[in-house]
Amino acid sequence: MKSVTRTLPLIVTLLACAFLLIPIIQSVLAGLTVNYFRGLSSGLTLKWIGEVWTLYSGSIFLSIRLALACLIVTLILGVPAAYALARNPGRASRVLEEFISLPLAVPGLALALALLQLYGSYKGFRTSWSFILVGHVLYTMPFMVRSVLSVLAAIDLKTLEEGAASLGAGPARRFIDIVVPNALPGILAGALTVVTLSIGEFNLTWMLHTPYLKTLPVGLADSYASMRLEIASAYTLVFFVMIVPLLMAMQWASARAQRIAR
Amino acid sequence: MTLRLSNIAKTFPDGTRALLPTDLEISQGEIVSLLGPSGCGKSTLLRIIAGLETPDTGARVMFEGEDVTRQSVETRRIGMVFQSYALFPNMSVRGNIGYGLKMQKLGRAEIDARVNEVIALCRLDAQADRAITALSGGQRQRVALARAVAPRPRVLLLDEPLSALDAALRAELRDELALLLRQFGITAIFVTHDQTEAMAIADRVAVMRQGEVAQIGTPEALYRNPATGFIARFIGDAMPLEGRIEADRLYLPGGVLDLPKSAEGHEVLVRPEDIRLDPDGPLAARVEAVTFLGTHYRLALADASQGVIFALHTGLSAPRPGDDLRLSIAPEALLILPRERTA
Repeated sequence: MKSVTRTLPLIVTLLACAFLLIPIIQSVLAGLTVNYFRGLSSGLTLKWIGEVWTLYSGSIFLSIRLALACLIVTLILGVPAAYALARNPGRASRVLEEFISLPLAVPGLALALALLQLYGSYKGFRTSWSFILVGHVLYTMPFMVRSVLSVLAAIDLKTLEEGAASLGAGPARRFIDIVVPNALPGILAGALTVVTLSIGEFNLTWMLHTPYLKTLPVGLADSYASMRLEIASAYTLVFFVMIVPLLMAMQWASARAQRIAR
Repeated sequence: MTLRLSNIAKTFPDGTRALLPTDLEISQGEIVSLLGPSGCGKSTLLRIIAGLETPDTGARVMFEGEDVTRQSVETRRIGMVFQSYALFPNMSVRGNIGYGLKMQKLGRAEIDARVNEVIALCRLDAQADRAITALSGGQRQRVALARAVAPRPRVLLLDEPLSALDAALRAELRDELALLLRQFGITAIFVTHDQTEAMAIADRVAVMRQGEVAQIGTPEALYRNPATGFIARFIGDAMPLEGRIEADRLYLPGGVLDLPKSAEGHEVLVRPEDIRLDPDGPLAARVEAVTFLGTHYRLALADASQGVIFALHTGLSAPRPGDDLRLSIAPEALLILPRERTA
C-alpha cells in the first residue's frame, strides 16, 4: 500500500517529464543527424548548424542588438519611473502603474497593429530596427518597473533618503548613492527578464518586422516554413543555447530579488 | 551654536494642528530634550529644525543668527540620528560614517583620519569594516551617532534614538549616549517619550503636550516645581488625591489631610516615594497588592483616596494584601497645582 502511494506520483512525474523532454530531444537530434528521415543511423553532423549560421547570423546579431538596446532604454526610463512611483505612493501612482502594465494584457498583435497604424506611414522609421525596438520597450517596460518597484517598496526609502539628505546629499547624489545600489537586486532581475523576453518575443515582432529585419524567433518561423527540417531543428538548438542560460539567470535573479523584497 | 526658534507652528494639509506657535532658545553646547507622549508634536518640531518638514508661514529658525528657515535639509549642516537609524545597507560601517565627509568633498586622507577618530570615540574599531546587516542593535545605534557627528554638524538632532533597543540595552546605552554627547560638545536636541531618558541625558527638558511646550527647565526644576498636574504626572509619576478641599484641609475617603496653604480650586498630587507608612498617620488605607522590586516594595493602596494610589516602602518586610494601615504625607511633599481643563 505504501509502495503504491510512493511509486504512483513518481510514475506520473516521469511521464510528465518525458512528455516535455522527448520532443525537445527529438528536435535537437534532428538538427544533428545527417538525414532525419533515415534516422540516427545516417550519422551525426554539425553541418546544419553551420548552415544556420550562414543563413541566419544576421538575425542572431539583430536580436542581441535589439535586446541590449531594449535593456538600455528600459533602464533609463524604467528605474526612475519605479523610483517616482515608490516615492509617491497613492492612487495616482497605482493607476499609473496599471497603465504601464497594460501591454501585458493587450495581445502583442494588437499592440503591433496600433504601432503600425500610428507610425506605419513614417517610411524611414517603419523600416528601421528602432521600430521593432519601440515595440519591445513597450512590451518589456512593465517587467522592469515592477521588479524595481517591488524591491524599493520593501526598503524604507524615505528615511534612507532623509538620512542621506541630512548628511548633505542632494537629490541626484541620493539617487546614485542610495536608491540605485539598494534597488540593484530588482534592477538585475528586471534586466534579465527584459533581455530574455526581448530575444524570445515573436507575436509583436512578427507584425513589425520587414524582410531585412528578422529577429531570432522570426527567423525560426521562416526556417520552419522554407528550409529543410534539419536546418529548422538546428536553428531550434541555437535558440535553446542562447535562451536557456538567460532563463536560468533570470530565475536566480528574481528569486534573489524576492528574498530581499520580503 | 545657539539655536533660536520663533513662532514655529505646523498645520498639516488635512487641517490637523500638529504644533502650535512655539518659541525656543538653545545655547551653545546645550543638550535639550523634547519630552512628551506620542502625538504631542515633538517629532514634528525636530523635523522642522532639521528642515525635513516645512513650518507654517511666519516661523523663523535661526542657527547662530543665520536664518535657515528656507534652507533645504542638505544645506543646513545638521546631524541627525533617526529612530530606525536609516543606515545605508549598501555601505560598510566606515562607508556610512564617511558619507557626510564625502559630501563635503574632503580629501581621501582627511576623510580617513576623521572617520578613524569618530570610530575610536564610539568604540567601533572592531566593526569598522563590517556590513551594516552584521551589527547588533546597540552597534547600529553607535554607527548612526558616529555618522551624524563625523561631519561636525552645527546641531545634532536625535529622534527617539534608543526606542528601537530592548529594555536592558536601553538603560546601558542611555548613560553611554549622555557621556558621548558631552564629549562631542555639540548643541543637541533629542526627542523621547521616556522621562528617565530625558532626565538622564538632557541639561534642560521641554515637556510637550498637544502641540505646545508645557514647561521647560532643568530636570530638577521640573521634578520639584512642576507647573501643572500634567507635568507632575509625566515627570515622577505624581498621583492626584481626589477629595473635597476646604481652605487648607483636604477631605479624603481615608481621612483628612492638612495642606500647607489654602488650596481651593487647585488639585493636590503626591508622588509614591512621599507616602509613609505611619501608625499615627491621618489617613487610613487598605493594602490591595504588594510588589517586591528589590530595593523597595510597591504597595497598591485602596480606600485612602478615590481609586488606588501607590506607595514605595523600603524595609525588610512589607504589609500583606488585605492589611489595614495608616499613612502620613509630609505637607511640603504635597504638590498643589492649578486645576487644569481636562484634555
